[in-house]
Amino acid sequence: MTQKNTILAQVDNIYHSYEDKIILENISFILHKNEIITLVGPNGAGKSTLLKIILKLISPTKGTVQQKTNLKIGFMPQKIQIDPTFPITVLRFLQLGTPQSNRKTREHLKKVSNDLKIQGLLKQPIQKVSGGEMQRILLARALMNKPELLVLDEPVQGVDIKGQTELYHYINDIRNQYHCGILMVSHDLNIVMKNTDQVLCLNRHICCSGTPQSVNNNPAFLELFGSQTKEIALYEHQHDETTCKKTHGKVY
Amino acid sequence: MLLELIASPPAFLIMALLGGLGIAMISAPLGVFMVWQKQSYFGATLAHSALLGISLGVFLELNLTLSVLITTLIIALSIFFIQDKIKLSSDTLLGLLAHSTLALGLVILSLQTNVQIDFMAYLFGDILSINKTDLWLIAILALLVSIFFKFHWQDLLNITLNQELAAVEGVKTKQVQLTYILLLALMIALAMKIVGVLLVTSLLIIPAAAARKLSKTPEQMLSYTLLIGTSSVILGIIASALWDIPTGPSIVVVASLFFIFLRRF
Repeated sequence: MTQKNTILAQVDNIYHSYEDKIILENISFILHKNEIITLVGPNGAGKSTLLKIILKLISPTKGTVQQKTNLKIGFMPQKIQIDPTFPITVLRFLQLGTPQSNRKTREHLKKVSNDLKIQGLLKQPIQKVSGGEMQRILLARALMNKPELLVLDEPVQGVDIKGQTELYHYINDIRNQYHCGILMVSHDLNIVMKNTDQVLCLNRHICCSGTPQSVNNNPAFLELFGSQTKEIALYEHQHDETTCKKTHGKVY
Repeated sequence: MLLELIASPPAFLIMALLGGLGIAMISAPLGVFMVWQKQSYFGATLAHSALLGISLGVFLELNLTLSVLITTLIIALSIFFIQDKIKLSSDTLLGLLAHSTLALGLVILSLQTNVQIDFMAYLFGDILSINKTDLWLIAILALLVSIFFKFHWQDLLNITLNQELAAVEGVKTKQVQLTYILLLALMIALAMKIVGVLLVTSLLIIPAAAARKLSKTPEQMLSYTLLIGTSSVILGIIASALWDIPTGPSIVVVASLFFIFLRRF
């Protein structure tokens, strides 16, 4: 099962501490092309720190991150705050994602904005869009450079359940269209994208990992969210009592 | 009297206008980013520290422009490198540095019993004090600023939007931001003679703020800022020469009038 040439990023034995406080320990995993990995974990589990280490924004106290040479990364930050004094339209925001503008980049921008249904927002000042629209705009920006690796920090944050379904659906399309690897973070322990290949549950260390189970026939779930939730599945936690017990508050 | 001034302007007035226009042009790109990045207190801190530069210059018998340039550069560098490491909010750090450098400057100055300097000139600017060296320095800085923004305008826009996103996309964020800050320090040091320590930041902020309502793109805002800044300097200097009012306040009042006037539309 080792497909060396499809490896996008390899995380090896990461330890990270900040002022004597251990934030991450013993983290190792590999991200392949065409693969979706979802990182879940409670607040303060170190998800954002791990993401920053993988993106090489900070270097870990110990351990290594190896990226494929010249890896093109698209990044969707958790939130972005733009001062009201900054006059910028959605279109310009997207254009700033590519170093130069030419016919190819303009066509790509048009296609991405149509796919994400933000074409109607392009002329608006970016401060005027809603939370859900902003998430789609940030995702579009991450796609401007046709990335090989897409890193999404809480992509469905502040999006209603219908919007989440659509967004997850589109993220799955992205994988098929761009053949990229996708690493995303979710703070919601229960709901992750159904098409995720691997779920990593993080709480300082990786306490468990596996594939999400389909929940389409779970009556409680259907009752809660209706039937339009094909893209969302409950991730059933199989906790290893010995590694997880001390760090989890509540075990599902 | 206005006609007289225009027909045969005295040499000092031409120097002042040239210097002022140069500073207004330099401060337009630096000022818009100062507003977008909410850095006005950073600018104020550098301006306060410029006064320490004056005191040190007097104390060590150095060229005052040179000692102010060096002092503001050192303070800018220190802020940039301490900011992440010290456990203080940047607001507190800036307040601390602004007032401790100002106080230190005043203490050092008071120890100089045999030197008389016109303090008001440094606080509020002195149109008569601009000499050829200043004009050269302003021209050199204008060149540096143009080169920097020619290559890094888009980078700095991206840093302003989101530093991490910019870094992932390949912008050397630390390097670009540091260069911006150093240029800002140089601008503040050179503008001190024209508008004075207390009013330097207003020259950076008010034209940009006035331009905001007219603008739909960052480049448009830059153009309007340039226009408003240079007009304020010209009108302010003429008013200052006509009615014998201090130049700095005169320029800033004109800029503020632009701001109020443009807000109404």
